Amino acid sequence: MVKFERKPVTDIGIDETLNRIDESKIKRAIDWVLKREASARLKSFVETCMRCGMCTDSCHHYLAHEGDPTYAPAAKVKQTIWDILNKKGNVSKDEIKKYARIAFSECNLCRRCVQFCPFGIDIAYLISLVRRICCLIGAVPQYIQDQALSHMQTTNMLWFRQDEWLDTVQWLEDELRAEVKNARIPLGKKDAEVLYLAHGLEAKYMTGLLTNMAKIMNVAKIDWTMPDCDGWDYTNKAFYAQDHETLQKVVRTHYEVAFKLNVKRIVMGECGHAYRTGIYEGTRLMGWKENPIPYLHGVEFFYELLKSGKIKISQKIKEPVTLQDPCNIIRYRGLGEKLRYIVNTLCENFIEMTPKDDHNYCCSAGGGMIDAGPPWKMARIEGGRIKAEQIRDTGAKIVIAPCHTCHKGIEDLNDYYKLGVHVKFLTDMIAEQMEIPEEMRA
Amino acid sequence: MEQFFRDPSIYTLARGPLVWLAFIVFFVGVFYRVYNTIQLAKKEKVIYPYLSFKYTLRSLIHWLIPFGSISMRRHPWFTLLSFVFHTCVILTPLFLAGHIELWYDSWKISWWSIPQGLADAMTLIVIFALILLVIRRIIQPDVRFLTGSGDYLTIVIVASTFITGFLAHYELLLEYKLMLTIHMITGEVMLATIPFTRLSHIFMFFLTRAHTGSEFGAVRHSRDY
Repeated sequence: MVKFERKPVTDIGIDETLNRIDESKIKRAIDWVLKREASARLKSFVETCMRCGMCTDSCHHYLAHEGDPTYAPAAKVKQTIWDILNKKGNVSKDEIKKYARIAFSECNLCRRCVQFCPFGIDIAYLISLVRRICCLIGAVPQYIQDQALSHMQTTNMLWFRQDEWLDTVQWLEDELRAEVKNARIPLGKKDAEVLYLAHGLEAKYMTGLLTNMAKIMNVAKIDWTMPDCDGWDYTNKAFYAQDHETLQKVVRTHYEVAFKLNVKRIVMGECGHAYRTGIYEGTRLMGWKENPIPYLHGVEFFYELLKSGKIKISQKIKEPVTLQDPCNIIRYRGLGEKLRYIVNTLCENFIEMTPKDDHNYCCSAGGGMIDAGPPWKMARIEGGRIKAEQIRDTGAKIVIAPCHTCHKGIEDLNDYYKLGVHVKFLTDMIAEQMEIPEEMRA
Repeated sequence: MEQFFRDPSIYTLARGPLVWLAFIVFFVGVFYRVYNTIQLAKKEKVIYPYLSFKYTLRSLIHWLIPFGSISMRRHPWFTLLSFVFHTCVILTPLFLAGHIELWYDSWKISWWSIPQGLADAMTLIVIFALILLVIRRIIQPDVRFLTGSGDYLTIVIVASTFITGFLAHYELLLEYKLMLTIHMITGEVMLATIPFTRLSHIFMFFLTRAHTGSEFGAVRHSRDY
């Protein structure tokens, strides 16, 4: 019989929590989720699964550990939620440790397996139920817990204070003026067309990306603003922990800021999970069928700018380029065509990966795996072998990854598997390659 | 039914009251399971508001046509086996001349039947396909890892019905009437257990595909096939 065998990993977020709690808390959390939150989908999916194995080789984790059936999508469900159901919620701490490991570090919630299941069983949903149980127990990777807690208190992922935010934007504006004459980064401006939300990292470590976005906004003459209060960070790491309460709080704050400033629409940058939570995961939890005002992903926004001619590209990239399709915007929202339009506008030599578009393989960093931090790094590097091979097969020198998670994930794969590529954001490419009118140059 | 009261025996019991029982359990069971799932689905915010007839249909079409999905094209042999098996397992009992005669006997209704030779071939295909499916379950590591007793149970239930039917028709192994009785009982067990075992995938298929098809088409703007 095949056994679940893994190298031991220490994560204080899981291990220490389990040391502190007793098993009655585990039972309470399981009962809450199984009796109060999960109903038709859990029941019908578990009972309808024919254990046929059609999903097995759709998963990059399985393919990367070929021969180990414990990585197959249905097997991950068997080892977690089926097990919980069979034991009627009477599970030990060690078992929770195993469930958490599978749910947080062996499934990216990319939903590729759902496309391969004859019954359309939503395995990612079943795994997210396991995460939800772990979240209520408190047994979540420490790095995710920390970020979710930061969201809870500051509505951003990095414990950034409001004054730090205002200060940062002001010096970024200053810097941008060295390039673009009279450039503005408006904060808290009422009645603007666009409310731009930034990635938490863009305020702290990747300020160049925010500057580039501001540059595009200025050159395209967009009537835009950013929040002058908490809620400027579009990320929503609580989603990874399935901390529904914090998740809703973050999404609600974004819409509240948009209503307060009376903007026409929200635009966010290149990120996957935040788009998904902002558009429907979060709004659905709040009881809205759809998002109340348009909420655009960077890809949709850039598509509009390029298509309408507000931005003109002065030179195309000649090197071979390939494209990573982030699950959260492609399989989860069908932005594949728009993304390809942008890539073709920016690059001369675009080579597709196989498979591509909505049947792409996940970068292996998504669904919170990269946010689970250093203890779980090797899990995603190993699972990402498939992505690394895909990239190597294209022979491209540049990988465009319009998602922060894919971006960082592929950078790590690049280092580990020595792919010799550059990973780029669309924002940076557009800011570099666009035409800046003579009169705007500083 | 009257036959059983005139001549109470296991044969007439299986031929009369048990048939009724099996059909009642089957229909009530299916109705209960579907109704129950629909009621439960009301508790989930993400099912009803997003159901789309168009995308349900799109999903069903791609998964009911052989090789209609990427998944099926990636697993050609299993798809072939699965489609041949499902076609035979559904059509054979419905269009078998012997069964139609029974319908005519009891209800004076009848419909088109398939030639006996074809029916025999299809029965053998079902039995052969089930053997292949069991072998696949045992030798393919990922499938073996997933397999539990419930999976073998469903195979045993279906296989015993088809095997006994074939043996009875050709009066093999046991005396005709005895084998026929066993066949009727296994058939009734199969019918009655459909709603409560993994055989429920027969009708649950349409419900799960409706949800996932709608979700992928209408909400996610991508394909589920």
